[in-house]
Amino acid sequence: MSTFKKFFDSGTPWIWINAGAVAISVIMTVGLLLLLAFNGLSHFWPKDIMFANYAQPVNEGEPLRREIVGERVDREHVSAERIISSGIPVSASTPLYERELIKIGNRDLNGSDFTWLLTDYLSDISFPANLTTFERREWGNFYGYVQEVREAGSTVAQSDPLNPNDTRAWEALEQRIERALSIHEQIEDLEKDEIGEVNYALERLRLERRGLELRGTDTPERTGAIDAEEASWEANYEVLQARLAQLYEQIDRDTVVMSAMNAEVTEISISEIVRAFQPNGMHIGNKLVVYGQKLWEFLSDDPREANTEGGIFPAIFGTVTMVLLMSVFVSPFGVVAAVYLREYARQGFITRTIRIAVNNLAGVPSIVYGVFGLGFFIYFLGSEVDQAFYPEALPAPTFGTPGMLWASLTLALLTVPVVIVSTEEGLARIPRSLREGSLALGATKFETLWRVVLPMASPAMMTGLILAVARAAGEVAPLMLVGVVKLAPALPVNGNYPYFHLDQKFMHLGFHIYDVGFQSPNVEAARPLVFATALLLVVVIALLNQLAVSIRNRLREKYKQLDM
Amino acid sequence: MNEQPNLSNTPVADTAAGAVFAASAATLSRRKFRHLKDKIAGVSIAIGGLGVIAAVLLIFLYLVYEVMPLFRSALVQEVSEFRIDSPHSDEVLHLALEERLEVAMRLGADGEAMYFDTANGDVISRIPLAIPLGSSISSFALDTDVSGIFALGLSDGHVLIAQYDYDISFGENNARQVTPVIRYPFGEDSFELYSDEPVSKLSVRSSSSELMLAASSGSGQVSLLRARRETSLLSAFNAPSESAWQTELATLTGVLPPVDQLYLDVDRRWLFAIGTSGRLSLVDVRPAFSGGVAVIENEVALVGSNRRITEVSFLLGGISLLVGDSAGTVSQWFLVRRDGEFGIEKVREFDAGSSVVAMSPEQRRKNFITANDQGYIGIYNTTAHREVVYRKLLDSAPKTLAMSARGDGVLFEHGDGEFSFWSVLNRHPEVSWEALWKEVWYENYQEPEYIWQSSAANNDFEPKYSLAPLAFGTLKAAFYAMLLAAPLAVCGAIFTGYFMAGKMRRNVKPLIELMEALPTVVLGFLAGLWLAPFLENNLLGVFSLLVVTPLSILLAAFIWTRLPESIRYYVPDGWEAALLIPVIVIMGYVSFVIAGPIEMVFFGGDMRSYITNDLGITYDQRNAMVVGFAMGFAVIPTIFSIAEDAVFTVPKQLTYGSLALGATPWQTLRRVVLPTASPGIFSALMIGMGRAVGETMIVLMATGNTPIMDINIFEGMRTLAANIAVEVPESEVDSTHYRILFLAALVLFMFTFVVNTLAEIIRQRLRRKYSTI
Repeated sequence: MSTFKKFFDSGTPWIWINAGAVAISVIMTVGLLLLLAFNGLSHFWPKDIMFANYAQPVNEGEPLRREIVGERVDREHVSAERIISSGIPVSASTPLYERELIKIGNRDLNGSDFTWLLTDYLSDISFPANLTTFERREWGNFYGYVQEVREAGSTVAQSDPLNPNDTRAWEALEQRIERALSIHEQIEDLEKDEIGEVNYALERLRLERRGLELRGTDTPERTGAIDAEEASWEANYEVLQARLAQLYEQIDRDTVVMSAMNAEVTEISISEIVRAFQPNGMHIGNKLVVYGQKLWEFLSDDPREANTEGGIFPAIFGTVTMVLLMSVFVSPFGVVAAVYLREYARQGFITRTIRIAVNNLAGVPSIVYGVFGLGFFIYFLGSEVDQAFYPEALPAPTFGTPGMLWASLTLALLTVPVVIVSTEEGLARIPRSLREGSLALGATKFETLWRVVLPMASPAMMTGLILAVARAAGEVAPLMLVGVVKLAPALPVNGNYPYFHLDQKFMHLGFHIYDVGFQSPNVEAARPLVFATALLLVVVIALLNQLAVSIRNRLREKYKQLDM
Repeated sequence: MNEQPNLSNTPVADTAAGAVFAASAATLSRRKFRHLKDKIAGVSIAIGGLGVIAAVLLIFLYLVYEVMPLFRSALVQEVSEFRIDSPHSDEVLHLALEERLEVAMRLGADGEAMYFDTANGDVISRIPLAIPLGSSISSFALDTDVSGIFALGLSDGHVLIAQYDYDISFGENNARQVTPVIRYPFGEDSFELYSDEPVSKLSVRSSSSELMLAASSGSGQVSLLRARRETSLLSAFNAPSESAWQTELATLTGVLPPVDQLYLDVDRRWLFAIGTSGRLSLVDVRPAFSGGVAVIENEVALVGSNRRITEVSFLLGGISLLVGDSAGTVSQWFLVRRDGEFGIEKVREFDAGSSVVAMSPEQRRKNFITANDQGYIGIYNTTAHREVVYRKLLDSAPKTLAMSARGDGVLFEHGDGEFSFWSVLNRHPEVSWEALWKEVWYENYQEPEYIWQSSAANNDFEPKYSLAPLAFGTLKAAFYAMLLAAPLAVCGAIFTGYFMAGKMRRNVKPLIELMEALPTVVLGFLAGLWLAPFLENNLLGVFSLLVVTPLSILLAAFIWTRLPESIRYYVPDGWEAALLIPVIVIMGYVSFVIAGPIEMVFFGGDMRSYITNDLGITYDQRNAMVVGFAMGFAVIPTIFSIAEDAVFTVPKQLTYGSLALGATPWQTLRRVVLPTASPGIFSALMIGMGRAVGETMIVLMATGNTPIMDINIFEGMRTLAANIAVEVPESEVDSTHYRILFLAALVLFMFTFVVNTLAEIIRQRLRRKYSTI
């Protein structure tokens, strides 16, 4: 007893409790990063496809037997009570049952991608080498056996689904997928770039004509010129349309006949297939190759299927563009404000108050900035800009609607305190002696600032900017109000004049997470992709922060020497 | 640049000043240029710096600017005054304004609808109503101004239903042309109620397929008439003819005391019969049409004994009855159901000065206008219980008044054919301090409640703008977040700042600060899609974790102190946290493992259904607990970082002094370090709180976003910030809803700004104190 009393009197337990708090915080942080990393990275791994028989008990008569083909996703334990209440009569004497979540894909056949199965009733689990996964442009994944490849309706190659070593059809299929993919690429180029350019030009001409009408200068020769140009674009468009039709005809040439689970046979157009592989037969090297391909697709491709599949390139691009544009606004203004506060303003009560206010603005909820951006920038400034410069597009707003410019400005306002605080800190660290030395040599105040102080403070500015960028990249709430959309038709920077479209809405990584994770119709299927997106975002922001920290440390080292 | 030589020359020139004036003209102009440049730079930096600060201030000012109109009172201005001399009946039955305010309609007691221009009183047309020869109008009832349908009780016991309306056409240059018309949607023939006596009191309610009349004859017979459109397949394709209306008659004679006024409610179920003594009898009319006998369900005195009812009118929606009396009080009444019994109850009162002579509701909002016998005009909003304007506009009491559909114009008739027309600017009547923050008794509710419900599909919806549930939700979320974050962050900060070995601290601090950089959208996503289902399935595991972890830490500490010194000295002081990491991980795993069997034995294998079914507590998957974890996670680093700074910067000589005097490290911490650092820790908590209050994405994703007021940890909430994010994009610019959302933003801004400023001031004071030690 006395040992306990001594133990508690010594205060040691309280110290350990405090230590425990740190330990828990560390575990939580690391755990969260690991959770993200595991879920985000495992998404791209080509998982084995299971084949099994499932006999689900029913209330009366023979159990419901069916084949199951799919990827194992998850497993959990459920009480017998819950299973019985869901309509499956299991014995209540076993309290807990294990059930597995299987991704059976084939949404066009089954209606949903996922199914829960009780592990106890699964039998004959095997992994046949010729089970094939198709990643498709629509309807999600397809799992099944390749049975027959057809070209324009006639059979080219055939395989026996039951014989895993019969790869004739698979080989024929692989080549044809290559071909279809290359045609698909051509179609995309044509639709996006060339036809997009035509549409853009026609829209520009329409606005030009309307502008002439509004100014009352629509003389026949001017409208005639517009008509002529319009006609030439139209002709161009016809040619492109014809080419497109031809390509579509080509891409739809081949089909593949698949037998899915329960011997359901279906014919799939090869143009639908993005990627096909037979994971069960692949060795680790091959799997790594597919993994790399999928990872690359994720980073470099457009999203498919309401953002739940494919890549996130537009979101990455949108985030980066927005953040860069924001940096252009935030760095000069932040630095100027900091220089004013530290070097020019008379230090006193007012400067101190301003400093506290600026500091606290960093703590103002970001949604408040969003509301301000929407009200002031978009509805007030934006509509003024439209009245003044884009009357021909009205009533469709140009800048009077959420877009890239307003989003960057809003975020610049949100992050300017970060830059000010950081720069001020850097300025404060520069030894007085250096400034006085410069002034004593006859340099003016501005020259001292420009040639001595600012270069030395530049790492601090860098730090501020990086922190600002990191914060802006992760901020979503204000962007939801001022310019982010779930799917932007075009990138904010593209080949159409004037190349940089400040008025355009854009996609954003953070919003992508929110939208796909919470607003999409098929959350279960989208979840791995959201994990991957979240991981990417966290990694980018963590790296930026790390960079800021290391710059800050280098800076401190540098001035330590100067202080000597 | 060639500036370099000049720079080095300057001092020479300066020291040489007064002796030989050696500097050349070129150097002089160069120097001037440099000073000019310096001036320009100074000025532009000042402008730039002040500009940025002003821009930041602009946020506050702009929010205030958007919010201000909410609290402005209405503006009433005279537009025109005119006199119509041409012959018309002196007695006016009804006055109405067309939606665009260009045309007004006056229905005289002689059965003539006169339409005139509101700008100058020019009569546009006069349309006599189809009153049968030999009879005259003995009573009048309006359905609503929205439909324009009204009923005329005739001296021969018949009732004629008509509708005033306008045909709108667009002529040349898109000029809008308004042609007044009178329609007879229920046929030009009148309905017979009494065979030989006049209809003296009347009430009418209609829908597209049904008409109901309640009437009282000169001798006090109270009758009901219901006309229904035949719904045969054939008639659906034919134009409605008179024969398509099937009428039923019912009588209430004997049921009611002598009746002064009759009103039917919007659903044509309830009859409000106001007796001569000012008592209202509530009658359910449905039994009367199904062979039964209608009875008085409820009786209530509408006004005090010494007062007289002067004006009665329905508010928009036909649910609330407004009763104006001779003392100038207007009271709002509606049906309330208590224990299955319907009754009519007084909801609130307005003061209209003195005896109310005219009253009219708006057709889009829950507003009404009154005129009293002194010529004072009042405009009120019922929901907000707000007097928007009260002004003397007229020299004397008007005969009648008409409010326009949108509430933007009002027309008075006073004296002999004299009219005055006023415009009203009344943008945001629905807002008052009471409506925003206090319990409000909304229509169709049993009692006053706090409700946020900003929009609905129907037009006569009563918007419910109580910020209270949102503010409550905000504080609830912050509270649960702080419940997790405060102990973890503060204890962690104390250990890190005071006990932890330097080497470990250099690794731990950046790691926890990295947490701060985690985008909240990621935390929200994990909370909503991973944590919420995880918690739902492992509730007991989580609870046991809360118990097991501290116990296991204490146990580990105890065991450690019992270990032989040779092992203990192997790990230097300040590394306890590292030792605990594996302990906590293992014990955490164990607590989830043991939770399964415990759950099996005590909670039937499923704690979640135990909570809902056996304890009767609502359980939402996305609830306050999930938010507490996720947002707690988000604010831990904020609190940790500031609190750790406060602890770490406690001057070392203080602690060394204490230790040298023989105090243990724990005593030193409690008696020396904590008192010194406590203001800093307090400000850390405040800043953390500020962050939790304003966080948007986590609550948006991890709660159901239902604006309820319930502290239950297993239910969700809606916070101010999440509400803004959800509703701003859909709200109409400059509408009341939009401005209230701005008000919510302003509240958030002010709250966090004040909290942060206080925290910052405390911190600065602390810093100054340290510097003197």
